[in-house]
Amino acid sequence: MSDARCPLNAAEIVDAYFLEHRAKVLDIAAFLDRIDRAADAPAAMDYRVAALIECIALLLDGEGDRARRIQERLSDRTSEPVDRAPMQGAMGAPEADG
Amino acid sequence: MSYIDPHIHMVSRTTDDYRRMAQAGCVAITEPAFWAGFDRCSVEGFRDYFRQLTQVEPARSARYGIAHHTWLCINPKEAEDAGFAREVMSIIPEFLDAPNVLGIGEIGLNKNSRNELQVLEAHLALAAAHDLLVLVHTPHLEDKLKGTMLIMDAVANAGLDPDRVLIDHVEEHTVGAVLDRGFWAGMTLYPDTKCTPQRAVDILERWGMNRIWMNSAGDWGDSDPLAVPKARMEMRRRRHSAESIRRITFDNPVAFLSRSGNFRIDA
Repeated sequence: MSDARCPLNAAEIVDAYFLEHRAKVLDIAAFLDRIDRAADAPAAMDYRVAALIECIALLLDGEGDRARRIQERLSDRTSEPVDRAPMQGAMGAPEADG
Repeated sequence: MSYIDPHIHMVSRTTDDYRRMAQAGCVAITEPAFWAGFDRCSVEGFRDYFRQLTQVEPARSARYGIAHHTWLCINPKEAEDAGFAREVMSIIPEFLDAPNVLGIGEIGLNKNSRNELQVLEAHLALAAAHDLLVLVHTPHLEDKLKGTMLIMDAVANAGLDPDRVLIDHVEEHTVGAVLDRGFWAGMTLYPDTKCTPQRAVDILERWGMNRIWMNSAGDWGDSDPLAVPKARMEMRRRRHSAESIRRITFDNPVAFLSRSGNFRIDA
């Protein structure tokens, strides 16, 4: 890995990107609120939402390299090919906690 | 400043997209064979598609001064039927003499199944037999990490030089392994499911600017044929030099693609 840094200083990064990410946090909050208001609420926790909440916890653990660690949390961690493709698409999080 | 979009599916885009790309500085593209959004039901359907990639699309592109190149294969999304995939692969050599063919692609894995892996290995053997470059698709979302590792092992087992193979759609959890093993890496700029321009530039800042490029992978789904110029704007916003921007969006693609004698560019 390179030691290269972003050419902007921290204040410039915040000035440039804060509003964009403020909006994204609100989107996540509203998404979770929407699930709470679902017609069948309280529904069983969907595995994808459970994974998302675990990812939010990773943001708060004080460690760096957040994007890579979240990608790994949302990845199938098995290593052998599957016998048959179960579908053509992808869901965004592994169904089994792999 | 001229740029290259080294992965875009123009058969799914309008002529107006060609115009806007040319206006933004695009001088060359490469178009890998792709899934149509439905499974084709005959080899003849693929023969028509390969004619479109080698004859029709280069002429459409030339009207806007954009050099068009292509890669041929049956896409991993249609590789679960390995028998049918082998029938399709059997017609690929008919098209390898077309002047805009760079190699085999985008091959790889989709759901990381045994049949997909067999078809990938057959494609790699075809590339080795004809001394062709390879453009690799890595799986989506939760399947990407595992699939990338399986693909790199398959390429190594096939005896191909990683310096002639580009592994596409890398993200934060795969880029390091791809570069460490000597492959070229591609970052795809998608609104939701791959890299945003911001994250792509983060990756460049962390992993450096050697053997890596950016592409739009524009197709019939949620995608943006102007994603590469938008990522160049993101680099400028962070005060990356004009030399670095040119390196990622022009020099690096030229360096990899020129390993094929069929790559031509006038810019």
